[in-house]
Amino acid sequence: MSDTIILEVARFNPEDGGEPSYQSFEVPLRPDWMVLDGLNHIKDQLDGSLAFRWSCRMGICGSCGMMVNGVPTLTCETLLMNYAPGPVRVAPLDHFPVVKDLVVDLDDFLAKLQKVRPWVVRKDDFKPAREFMQSPAQLEAFHQFSLCINCTLCYAACPVSGLDPDFIGPAAIALAHRYNLDSRDQGIEDRLDIVSQHEGIWDCTVVGECSVVCPKHVDPSLAIQQFKLTATKEWFKSFLLPRGKH
Amino acid sequence: METSSHDILIIGGGGAGLRAAIEIAEQDPGIDVAMVSKVYPMRSHTVSAEGGAAGVAGKDDTIDEHCYDTISGSDWLGDQDAIEFFCNEIPKELLRLEHWGCPWSREPDGRIAVRPFGGMKKMRTWFAADKTGFHMLHTLFQTSLKFNTIVRYDETFVTRLLVEDGAVRGVVAIELRTGKIRAIQAKAVIIATGGCGRVFPFTTNANICTGDGMALAYRAGAPLKDMEMVQYHPTGLPFTGILITEAARAEGGWLLNKDGYRFLQDYDLGKPTPAPVFRSMELGPRDRVSQAIFGEFEKGRAFHGPYGDYVHLDLRHLGEHKIESRLPMVRELCLKYENIDPVREPIPIRPVQHYMMGGVHTDIDARTPLPGLFAAGEAACVSINGANRLGSNSLGEILVFGARAGRSAVESARNASAANETAILAQARDEERRVEERFLRRTDGTEKITKLREEMQRAMEKGCGIYRERDSLAESANKIGELRERAGNLALDDHSRTFNTQLTSALELGYMLDVAEAIVHSALDREESRGAHQRRDFAKRDDQKYLAHSVAHRSADGPPRIEYLPVVITRWPPGERVYGR
Repeated sequence: MSDTIILEVARFNPEDGGEPSYQSFEVPLRPDWMVLDGLNHIKDQLDGSLAFRWSCRMGICGSCGMMVNGVPTLTCETLLMNYAPGPVRVAPLDHFPVVKDLVVDLDDFLAKLQKVRPWVVRKDDFKPAREFMQSPAQLEAFHQFSLCINCTLCYAACPVSGLDPDFIGPAAIALAHRYNLDSRDQGIEDRLDIVSQHEGIWDCTVVGECSVVCPKHVDPSLAIQQFKLTATKEWFKSFLLPRGKH
Repeated sequence: METSSHDILIIGGGGAGLRAAIEIAEQDPGIDVAMVSKVYPMRSHTVSAEGGAAGVAGKDDTIDEHCYDTISGSDWLGDQDAIEFFCNEIPKELLRLEHWGCPWSREPDGRIAVRPFGGMKKMRTWFAADKTGFHMLHTLFQTSLKFNTIVRYDETFVTRLLVEDGAVRGVVAIELRTGKIRAIQAKAVIIATGGCGRVFPFTTNANICTGDGMALAYRAGAPLKDMEMVQYHPTGLPFTGILITEAARAEGGWLLNKDGYRFLQDYDLGKPTPAPVFRSMELGPRDRVSQAIFGEFEKGRAFHGPYGDYVHLDLRHLGEHKIESRLPMVRELCLKYENIDPVREPIPIRPVQHYMMGGVHTDIDARTPLPGLFAAGEAACVSINGANRLGSNSLGEILVFGARAGRSAVESARNASAANETAILAQARDEERRVEERFLRRTDGTEKITKLREEMQRAMEKGCGIYRERDSLAESANKIGELRERAGNLALDDHSRTFNTQLTSALELGYMLDVAEAIVHSALDREESRGAHQRRDFAKRDDQKYLAHSVAHRSADGPPRIEYLPVVITRWPPGERVYGR
């Protein structure tokens, strides 16, 4: 087998006024190298102008998501060898505006995250002198949804996010659900109002791609379906109990 | 040049910075607080912390015991007033995080669960499986989103502190997306930029840990304290340096040499027992355990691999259920990065640079000697960690001193005098010119960033590894001096404005070289062995001369001036560090 591999890397710099293009680089193919190691080889040895984000290189900070051969991927934990003999195509995440090369604009995602109120909401003034009691089973009820690293691979995989930029999207809905399911939280009604709007959960067509690409095995698709169910129940309740809050 | 101004500006969006921001917003919604971070806050390196955060929780534990463990762990270089304050505050801070939604692991009855940790005499380490830093950071970040008064400058890279009339008055920073250089004025500035592990070639630290805040403060005239105190974590994966948490040993993991022997018993760390014993063997402090592993390397009792010698961390006897429930990330990391399942195979590990006990010199209120400047977290040195930090004290430190820095900054901003804006903006324009002329517009540079960075990292490993001595330290000091000169002549391929990560790499290299110089000279100057600072040529601790913090002041050209500041001793006179007996 060859000891090198070709990386075809998307290039775009708005200052050049040029169109996006692909540039090929030959990088060493080492058994323990990740796709990110290949990109760093380019940056350090071949072309210092290549722009991409990375930080922890251990799959937890969520910075280095890119499209690798068309699939949303965390490049720091995906072996280059998986793509041998190559070539490998590396592009910025789908469905986001590109800032430069492999860097996308995440402001819209952060606004959506804030919109779903991802914090503990208390309607009463109860402040325990010690911890809130929470059984392991109660923790388990929301735990998987708390594992989202905000890498946004699910947005790049989601066909609805591609068609409707107003869709709140998988990660933000999963995090809203995470707080709804937390026994310490009382904010479910606020979040239902926000998430069950038109651009929210009803847009989801249950393709499930978000759950497939999640590197942390969060299941946003499940969160969205459960959200739909709760919202429907609340909607019926509002007819049964027309006078109000329950 | 774009300018803006706030009451308080926080540099860094990790645990310490976010805790400070929330504290300020809660103290007074009328205060205009801003946070500038070179990455989105949830990307900060707090995210990588794994094992837990220590705080007295059980009835059988006391604040005094946490103090004593921390002080003896620090080899008596920690300030005892700060440590006592810290140990008192931390349980309250951890509870606050619980109220904010942090998914702490639980006991069957619903209370917070705690686990043992290295150098700790009691079970007091709160944890969220083995992703504690990740959960703490996301809880803090998501909670911070509740406060509309916190203004964020995400992906904005600070290049300089603005100092006018002896007080810090803001920063100059590059907005990465546009490349615009802006002046952000403030009445008080908090440095919460984390550590500088990237000055070493083999580190657990993320790519962003380049000592920016340490260097910014140092250049502005605030000294760096105890910079020779560099923590090597015993258990890193050999190629990547990825951290395998100490919790793996706290849950019962063993360290074995190539003969399958629990070698820590040969290093005055106790006798092997099947179940873990507090302050003994695998639950010894990090400095002593890393030194023992290095000892095995020297005796030829380690394995040889393509990335150097290593020993084994064996978890197999813990069983799949315990590994999955308590150490899921360890398993995930081993499978992904070493193609090893710790349920079935021992994990190859070697000591790896992990943490800086040293940092920007602050007092117990997070104040630096420079008016208007505060620091907290790994970037700061209060000092509660002295010559060796205990595992699970740093996640507490970012909360306690992040909050403290927030309160101190509020007080300082309220009392700040009116600023001379003309002089401040003139300084900002000078800085803009420096960045433009030295980096962006320059086309005649000859030195490569990558090459200089590698040479720096090699010099730091050679001089400032686990064991040190005068000759190799002096050689490294010369090398760093040479590299600082060569760094004035960098060649950039990228002269564009938009998201220029080569420019930020060049600026980071400058920060790292300043910090490296402080580390190597502080290490050269301390002629004793204490905690993480082990000198072959001065093998003993010397309390007569060095029961003191080193304080490095930057000089315009040439090496820093090193002074010493006595350690604060209150109730615990210096004694022998005893583990396992």
